[in-house]
Order: sequence, then C-alpha cells, then structure tokens
Amino acid sequence: MFLTVTTTGTPEHPATDLGHLLHKHPGKAQAFSTSYGTAHVFYREADDLRCTAALLLEVDPVALVRKGRGKGRGGAPDATLAQYVNDRPYAASSLLAVALGGVFSSAMRGVCRARPELPARPRPLRVEIPALPARGGRDLVHRLFAPLGWAVTAEPVALDAEFPEWGESRYVRLVLRSDTVTLAEALRHLYVLLPVLDDAKHYWVSADEVDKLLRAGEGWLPGHPEQKLITSRYLSRRWSLARQATERLELLRLAETDDSEVEEIDNAVAGETATEEDKPAPLAVQRREAIVAALHEAGAARVLDLGCGQGQLVQALLGDTRFTEIVGLDVSVRALAIASRRLRTDRMGERQAARVRLLQGSLVYTDKRLAGYDAAVLSEVIEHVDPERLPALQHAVFGAARPRTVLVTTPNVEYNVRWETLPAGHARHGDHRFEWTREQFRAWAQAVAARHGYTVRIRPVGPDDPEVGPPTQMAVFTLTTAHDTTGTTDTKEAKAA
Amino acid sequence: MTETETATTAPGRVLPVTDLSLVVLVGATGSGKSTFARRHFKPTEVISSDFCRGLVSDDENDQSASRDAFDVLHYIAGKRLAAGRRTVVDATSVQQDARRQLIDLARAHDVLPIAIVLDVPEEVCAARNAARTDRADLPRRVIQRHIRELRRSLRHLEREGFRKVHVLRGVEEIDRARVVTEKRFNDLTHLTGPFDIIGDVHGCSAELEALLGKLGYVDGVHPEGRTAVFVGDLVDRGPDTPGVLRRVMAMVRSGHALCVPGNHENKYGRYLKGRKVQPTHGLAETIAQMEGESEEFRQEVRAFIDGLVSHYVLDGGRLVVCHAGLPEKYHGRTSGRVRSHALYGDTTGETDEFGLPVRYPWAEDYRGRAAVVYGHTPVPQATWLNNTLCLDTGVVFGGRLTALRWPERELVDVPAERVWYEPARPLRTEAPGGHDGRPLDLGDVHGRRSVETRHAGRVAVREDNAAAALEVMSRFAIDPRLLPYLPPTMAPTPTSRVEGYLEHPLEAFEQYRQDGVARVVCEEKHMGSRAVALVCRDAEVARDRFGVEGPTGSLYTRTGRSFTDDPALTEQILGRLRTAADDAGLWAELDTDWLLLDAELMPWSLKASGLLRAQYAAVGAAAGAVFPGALAALEGAAARGIDVTGLLDRQRERASAAAAFTAAYRRYCWPTDGLDGVRLAPFQIRAVQGRSLAGLPHDRQLALIDRLVEHDGSGRLQTTRRLYVDTGEAESVRAGVDWWLEMTGRGGEGMVVKPLGALVRTEQGRLVQPGIKCRGGESLRIIYGPEYTRPDHLARLRQRSLHHKRSLAIREYALGLEALARLADGEPLWRVHEAVFGVLALESEPVDPRL
Repeated sequence: MFLTVTTTGTPEHPATDLGHLLHKHPGKAQAFSTSYGTAHVFYREADDLRCTAALLLEVDPVALVRKGRGKGRGGAPDATLAQYVNDRPYAASSLLAVALGGVFSSAMRGVCRARPELPARPRPLRVEIPALPARGGRDLVHRLFAPLGWAVTAEPVALDAEFPEWGESRYVRLVLRSDTVTLAEALRHLYVLLPVLDDAKHYWVSADEVDKLLRAGEGWLPGHPEQKLITSRYLSRRWSLARQATERLELLRLAETDDSEVEEIDNAVAGETATEEDKPAPLAVQRREAIVAALHEAGAARVLDLGCGQGQLVQALLGDTRFTEIVGLDVSVRALAIASRRLRTDRMGERQAARVRLLQGSLVYTDKRLAGYDAAVLSEVIEHVDPERLPALQHAVFGAARPRTVLVTTPNVEYNVRWETLPAGHARHGDHRFEWTREQFRAWAQAVAARHGYTVRIRPVGPDDPEVGPPTQMAVFTLTTAHDTTGTTDTKEAKAA
Repeated sequence: MTETETATTAPGRVLPVTDLSLVVLVGATGSGKSTFARRHFKPTEVISSDFCRGLVSDDENDQSASRDAFDVLHYIAGKRLAAGRRTVVDATSVQQDARRQLIDLARAHDVLPIAIVLDVPEEVCAARNAARTDRADLPRRVIQRHIRELRRSLRHLEREGFRKVHVLRGVEEIDRARVVTEKRFNDLTHLTGPFDIIGDVHGCSAELEALLGKLGYVDGVHPEGRTAVFVGDLVDRGPDTPGVLRRVMAMVRSGHALCVPGNHENKYGRYLKGRKVQPTHGLAETIAQMEGESEEFRQEVRAFIDGLVSHYVLDGGRLVVCHAGLPEKYHGRTSGRVRSHALYGDTTGETDEFGLPVRYPWAEDYRGRAAVVYGHTPVPQATWLNNTLCLDTGVVFGGRLTALRWPERELVDVPAERVWYEPARPLRTEAPGGHDGRPLDLGDVHGRRSVETRHAGRVAVREDNAAAALEVMSRFAIDPRLLPYLPPTMAPTPTSRVEGYLEHPLEAFEQYRQDGVARVVCEEKHMGSRAVALVCRDAEVARDRFGVEGPTGSLYTRTGRSFTDDPALTEQILGRLRTAADDAGLWAELDTDWLLLDAELMPWSLKASGLLRAQYAAVGAAAGAVFPGALAALEGAAARGIDVTGLLDRQRERASAAAAFTAAYRRYCWPTDGLDGVRLAPFQIRAVQGRSLAGLPHDRQLALIDRLVEHDGSGRLQTTRRLYVDTGEAESVRAGVDWWLEMTGRGGEGMVVKPLGALVRTEQGRLVQPGIKCRGGESLRIIYGPEYTRPDHLARLRQRSLHHKRSLAIREYALGLEALARLADGEPLWRVHEAVFGVLALESEPVDPRL
C-alpha cells in the first residue's frame, strides 16, 4: 500500500522537478479516490537536492469484498475469511499498481505540458517498496528488474520475529536505483511487475488487460529475458481465477472449518511432479499404451476408468471404437470438470456421447453403478489412498463392482533413484500416501487376487531397468470364475422345487 | 386357487384378491370392465388403457397411440407395485401377448398376478358400445374378435402364470360378484410376540430341548406366552431329526411356534413326494431315522413341510424371519424368486475351494428398516450386521444352538453336546461382512439427500455439499469406523449493542433467558483446535466394537482428518486419556470400554500452522514492514508543514491495530515437539457404550472431565474453567460479564455459554442452541481483521446476519445427536456414517466464515 520515489538534483536541475513529472505539487498532500480506496500523494522531503514522493493507498476493505464477489470478477472467491484478514491493506499489491496507473497516468505516459523536455531526461531515481509480495522470491525480483537497468536490493522480511522457525515471509523490502531509467519507464515497470510478483488472489483483471499490458510494456517488455513469464502471469489469472471463484467454494469452506488452507485439500488437479514433468510424454503415454493393450488382450469393450482424473485415459479410449462404453469416475468435481472440457462433452455427437459418462464417485464406497463392466482401470490411483482405507477400495472394486479384468498401475519406488530431479526419499507426487517396491506391490496384488477370486500377473511399464525395475508397475487381475449369477447348484435346486 | 365354476347361488360369487397383487381384468370391449373396477377397487388402484391413451394422444380411442399408452400403463403399474400397492389393469387383455407383459411385470415386482375374466355375450358388448357416442361406429368384428380371443384364452390362463383366475360368466354373475381382500400368508405383522427366534437345529434334539428350557419353555409352552420362531433346517445331519420335527410340529400346531422352511426341509419334502434327490448333505441320516417312524408321521411331516411359508413379516413390519436372509424389496412379496431367495439365499455364481457355492453377501448391502433374522450359513458367532442377524452357529458341527429374544434383542445359546457331523468346509472365521467388509455404499451419502433425525425431523443435504463432503471424506478423512461423530458448528452471540463490542455476553444470557433457559454454564474457550477423541480401553475393544485392527481409537479434526500425521503420536495422546480414565475409574463408573470425547487441543499453531504462516503471520509481517517507513514519510511531510494530520493519525492507529493483531495470534502459538508442549482440554463425553451422553447436564459432564484431568499424571490434560450463571438474576449476569471481561482483557479467546441441561428445548418444542460463543475483543481481531475496532468498521460489521449460521448450527447439532444416538443403539455403520457425513456436507454451506 506504500511506495516512495526519490530523486536527487542540483540547483540547475532541482530534485523538485519530480513534482512536474508526477503532476503533483510537492507542497501539498493530495487524495484521490480509486476503486479500492483512497490514494494519497505527499512528499516526505522536497528541495533542490532531494525530493521524495510517497504514494499511500488506504484500501477500503468493503470495496475489496464487493469487487471480489460474483462470477468472472477474479476477486477473492466468495465470502471467505481470506477476504477479511489479508495483506491487501499493507502490501504493495496489484491494487497499488492500479492506483499508480490512475494517479500518475500522465507521468506514466511521459507527458509533461509545463516542462515538455523533462520526461525524456533520465535522472537518478530511487524507488522503495517496503512490503512487496514477491511470488518467486528475491531471485525473481532480481531477474525482473535488473535487465531494465535497475540496481536491485531486495531484503527478506521475516514472517514473525518471535517465531524464527517460521522463516521468511513472501514479502521483500525492495529498493531500486538507477541513473538511466526515466520516471515514466519506472512507473510502467512497476505497473506491470507489481501484479506479476503479487500472488494475485485479489486482482480484478478487466477485459482490456491485454491492451494495457501492450501499452505499459512498450519499449521494454519485448526485449525482456523474462517476457514469457511476465506475459503469462499478467494475463493468465483472468480465467483461472474466475474459475476458482465458481468451483472450489464448498471445499474452501471445509478447509476453513479445519483452519487449513484450501490448497491442502483442493489439490486433486495439482500438476504432476517435477520428475514426471521432465519426461511427461513418454511415461504417461507408455502407461496409456500398456493399459489399452491389456484391455484389448482381455477383450474388454465396456470399461471403467476409476480415478479418471482429468480424463486423459478416457480420451484415449474414446479414440478406439473397440471400447463401446467408457465410464470415467473420480472423486474430484474439479477434475471431472476439466475432463469434461478436455473431452468437449458439451459438443459431442449423440453417438460419441452415448459411449462415455463421467461420474463423481469414490472408491472407498461400494457403488452399484459400477457393476457389470468388462474391465476396470485404476491407473496411478491406489497410491493416493491412505493404506488403512485400501481394504475398502479392494472390497468396492474386486468384491462389489467385480469386473472380469482389473488393471492397477502404481509407481515403483525403487525406480525413484533414476529420476535425477527427485531428491532422495521424496515421493513423486505430494499427494502420494505411499509408493511401493516391486515386492510390496506383488504381495499386495497376490493377496487381493486370492481373497477375491482373481488371478494376477505383474507387468513392467516403461524401461525395465535391470537393477531397479520399471518406473511404473502394472497388475492385470483376471476373474477366475464365470461372471454368472444364476445356474448354480443352489438355484437349480430352487427351480426344481 | 383354481378357476371356480359358475354357481348361480343367491349371494353371488366371492372373489378372493390378495392385498398386494396385480389384478388383470380380461374382457371384450363393452364387457363392463371399467364399471366392475369402479365398483370393487379404489379409483387410484385402477389404471385403464383408455385413460393412458388419452394421456399420450388426447384421444382415448386412438388405437395408433396404443403402444405408447401401454408403455405409460406399464410404467405406472410398475411404480405402484414397487411401492407395494395393489394395481388393477383395466384393458381388454384378451391377447396372450398383452397378458404376458403384465405377468412379467408382476414377477418383476414379486407380486401375484390375478386374472378376473368378464365373459359377456357379444350382443351385450355391442349394445353398450353403440350407446357411447365415441364408440358408436366401432365395427362389430372387433367385438367378435375380442370374444373369440377371450374364449381361446380361458383354458390356459393358469398356465400363463396367473395364480388366481376368476371367470365370471354373464351380466348377472358379474353384477352380483363380490371382491374380498385377502392378506398374504407371509404377512403376520399383527403378531407382536414376544418371540424367541431359534437358529438351524439340524436334528440336534437334545440341544433344542436344552435351549427351549433355557428360554423358559415347559414342554413346548412358554408360561409368559412367548412364541418360538424356527428359521428352518430342522432336519438332516443330526442324530434325531424325528424328535426335532415332533417337537416343532407340535408347537406350531398348538400356536406356540412359527416355522419357516429351510433348504433341507424343502429337499426332504421333495423326497417324501417321491422325487429323485441326492441323499447328500445329511439327507441320508434323515431318511434312515424316519424309516423308524410310522407312515402316518411321515405323512404329517410331508403336510407340515408342504404348508410352510417362505418367510414371515412380524411385529408391525419391524421383524422379518426367513431361512437364508432376504433383501428388503422381497419382504412380504410372493414369487418363486422370493421363495428361492428365502430358502437358498443368493450366490455369486462362484464355487469355493471345497466345491460349495459362494454366497452373495446380501447383508452387507442391506439397508432396510426391518431387522432380518435368518440362519443357513454357519458362523462362529451371531453378530448383527446392518440390522441383520444370522443365527446359525453350527450346532450340528459342534458349535452352538442360538436363539434371539425379540424385541429384547438378547442372544441365548447352548453348546453342542458334540460334533455330530463334519463340516464340508471349516466354519467361516469371521461373521458375514467381516472386519474389513462392512462397506459403506455410495448410495447412502451421495447426491441430494435428507437424513431423518429424532430431534429435528428431516435434515436436507444439497447435492453440491454432498459432493464436496465426498471428496474430503474419501481423500482425507480417517477410517469411517473410527469416525462416529463430527461436532457441529456453533453460532456466536447476537451482535452486541454495547459500545465498542461486536460480541458481549449480555446478549447471550438474554437469548437463553428468552428461550426459557434459567441456568447456563460459561466455559472458557481454549485457543486451540477442536479435536474429537475416540478412546478404547485397548486394541481388542477397538477391534470388537469398531472393527479396526491395530489402533486403539482415533483423534480427529472437525472435518474428520487425523489430528496428527503420526499414528504413534495419536496413540500417545490416546494413551494419556486412557491412563487417566483408568485411574479415575471411569470405565466402571460409566459401564463402558470406550469413550467418545470432545476436546480442544492446544496450541492452535499445531494444526493451523500452514494457515498461520500463509495468512496471519503474513499480514503481520507486511504491516510490520510497511508502517515504519510510511509513518516516517508522513512525519517528514508534517515537519515540512504539509497538512497530513488526519492521515498520520489514522496510520498510527492502523499501525498499532496491526501490532495488536500480531500479538493476538501469537497467543495461539507455541512450539511443540512430539507430545512436548501439546495440551488437551476435554470438555464433554459425547458417548459411551450403549449410551449417548448428549443429554447429560454440563455440571455432571464437567465433574467427570475434572476427575479425568485430576487423574492425569502427565500434566498434558487441562481442565475447563467455568462459571454458572442464572440468566434471570441481574447479579449473576453481572458476575458472568465480569468473568468474561477479566478473561478477554488478558487476551483470552472468550467463552461458550451453554444451557446447563445440555439438550434443551423451548416451550414450543424447538431445539435450543447447544452453545453460544462470546469471543473476546482481541481474538476477534484475527477473525475480522486488525482494524475491525475502528468505529466506522464496527458500525458496518454490526450489520451481520446470524440467521443462516444459527440454522446451520441447529441442523448440524441435530445430525450430530443423531449420529451419537445411532452409535449408542449399535446401529449399522452406514446409519452412523450417514449422519456424520451430513454434518460434513453442511459445513460446506455458504455461511459468513467470520461467525
């Protein structure tokens, strides 16, 4: 909510020229109404040698709440606690950037009617922002500002001096110094880069944001080494936040009930791990190919994808007409929404649409809708279930749904040493409740098969390393007895009766 | 039940029609079916094809709409039959194909198909049609064809599957006929017992006599008029089948017993009728033993077996007895399928390693309201599962003969004298369902639902909220068997009118006074996180009562997540509680081997550290970083004579508010290491074995808790400070306010005011809020933001609406009470889980999170 701009000068080129450049008189304190509260401009010092202008935004919390409401606004999702207890009134957030753009619009454009020669002339500038939210850390702050001709000092701000173990906050105290940057450029840098560094939860992005970015970025953004990051962060929030606001409210409230952050529970659609991202195509594709091949071998036409996530496998199965009915089931409503978008279910022809269904469900409950299918696939699913709840899953899949064929894939933890980017002892995904060795998986699979009347074979997926095995292991379960519920001894007797 | 020949006696024909059946009227157009239906059945029981034709085409006579019309007719009839309602189909039904569809429908719903044929001369039909303007031009050949087809049908109506066929010939007989409603044989709902239901006897006469004696029968008669109910399989395998049959048949004949058939009776019955059956599974023994009996006795046995009814619905529909178990949709139904299921049960189609069919675990799916008591599958121990009980404890294999007293629900058994017969496979080591096989079904929680509660009627759960709860329950919650309760949310006190306060106890006391609550208890809030602890006396209790292998209980949050990530730490905390309960003698005093405790776990930072860092500390850090510079700049400007006075003062106030905010959250934080630094303040025992303590007054609750804390040697358990207030006494109210002011003045979180009686209703019968929280001014800072005390903010915040929060609190409270009651009653897991899940779902309703 606060920043200062300081310049130094000489009697010939007095520092107070800053007042002309900013179109704000150094002898006055002025207030401007903005959409998020009142912006105050005043000068801490103003003489020929040194002049410091300050912008202080008094955020109106009610305005913040109001702006945040409603679909597509990109504000805080719903009326959540985050709205009332947040850093907006203190941090140099994107709101400050909006105020900056409003209060200093002429200065940003480099227009000065009284002294037209001033704006183009670089002068010593010092910008200080005592509480700058910096997603990406001090390193990113350097990478963003240094290429623009700034000498950057970014000091960490501790979360709480009484609890040093909590570490640093996401804020830095930023000081920028330059003798080459003009004031107009400086303001445009801040206008774009403050929101980029902010984690943007409360930023209302309007439809003409692209134009604003092009205007403010003119002259410096095209050549910036981080141009891609700047552009994508600046613009990407628009739709993703709008979506957040409509989709995760119930989960968010449940997180609040537990005094925890929503990310802790609304993480079903987190990206894959760093490791798998390195080689996303090969392993994920190999897994799908192995699954499809095993389904063909089993002669399966009606297939359940249990824990379908974002629907990649469902999509692959849809492309193969031998699969006449595909059901994707997931517990995450958000994942299903993404799967539905991926499959474009709203535009699907009737014939295609009849082949596929997406259902919310849970594998720790039995589910009558899942009975009578040829095959079920649980691809990278079991490791997301707490071990003590696996028996319930086993019962629901092998005991109740009881398809002829069940395919289960799961990571082989032994292979983790081959992922170069994965720190030793780390799981491949933050939500993995366990990762098994080949022996553990085999033992589990055999016990399940024995208990429920299946036979099982284990297959490698991906390169089968002679030492540590494949990255993914797959179990193919086959029901041993006919899937026929009539005609047994007992019922024959009954009929004869 | 055969076609009764016409006999033109004076009172007219009596047509017995079963109370639950599909009645098919058969007759040509104009034969008077609609008139007959109107006269003998309720208007809503009758569905006519003409009416359905009208529904789909606006024209009752549009024959081209017949196909759609019959679809509608079958659909409606199906819905009625599924709901257990007799249905009369008023269509010509002269064609076999039309009738076959109706018979299939009756079979699909396991009800009796009954035909009533109206055989009227062609002239009469023609005259009636001619009299109707809409049918005047009906060709004569249509009527002729109908009558031709009807006559042809008459011979084989029974063979088609009609279980009763009434043929009425001529107008006079039709007019004089009377329909009499008959009950189904299996409907004994009017009998209320009390009953003693006895498991599979299998010829173990001595054990049967011993059990009857233990139950109090003297020579087959109970002095208190109890009725024995046998679940079948009296015969085969054992040493004295004739003795058992003689006893049971005599008791049934004299009205002191009921008996349903088992598969073994059924097979022996077929043998007696001369059918060819394999003398396996112990039948050979029965045949040999019966050889020694008289032919007369054998005929009696044959008649007895022939007359057995597959299952009985007893005691107002609360109890169903059959041999092999029965899903709810078959209760009170009559079909070959129902009989077969009642005798043999369902099988999965597999055979096990001993070559015997694998039984389908129907009881795991059972969700019915009636208790189903059955036998058939030998189990080591009779155990309730989803309101079903298998009483076959394998006496003939050397197990026990078991009886259930109803409605007492007590088990009585006697041991076998010896192993009379070697089992083909070992007795199952687990009860049906087993320990990891008490699955919950998605149908019990998913989608839009309403949960019936005993304290607040039906509580609705919306689909979106259930979807969110499903996600959290599936991905993050602990094993539902260890999650028998979730605490409800609590409403704050009505917004205060006292200057400078958003919340103040005066309004809370006043609210309870208005609700008719004279005495309340104020309990300090602990500045921790809510935690529920299920503490079992040992792992064996956890296994036997809750079905889990390993843990001795659970410690979980308000959304059912494990409080700690470390099972060992959980066990340590449970261990503390257990030791304290041991030393305080609570197990014996409360006659229980488990406790369900509601508690507060400190520090808050233990659970909420993520939130603290990301949100609270972050706000403090940003404010701490920004104000020194901003204030210095303003002071600099002021020193230059610039008028920034208002602005500067405001920023100084804001800076000190931010500092107060940081101080406020810091009170909730201290470092912990394992159990070190962790404190637990239990404040209520929610339930113990067989009892919900939701209605135990809070003073007695706190006395129990105090003893628990007193006997804790570790110092980890903490008591809850409290003050009792009489809401109608000014002095007492003032003392309550002072107490609160003193606590919150030191930065305390505040207090919860509860009616002393715990579970209290208003005079109008409405549930009173079980607690109202009054939070301290400083602790509200971390809820409403650092600057909430600014007069303009406070004025705005006072506009808050409590309505939804209060309604939510009551609905969740009712669901919580329901979960506790179901738990205490030993109801099946799915019933407890349904209520618990409801609480979680409601928690995702949109309510102002600051309340």
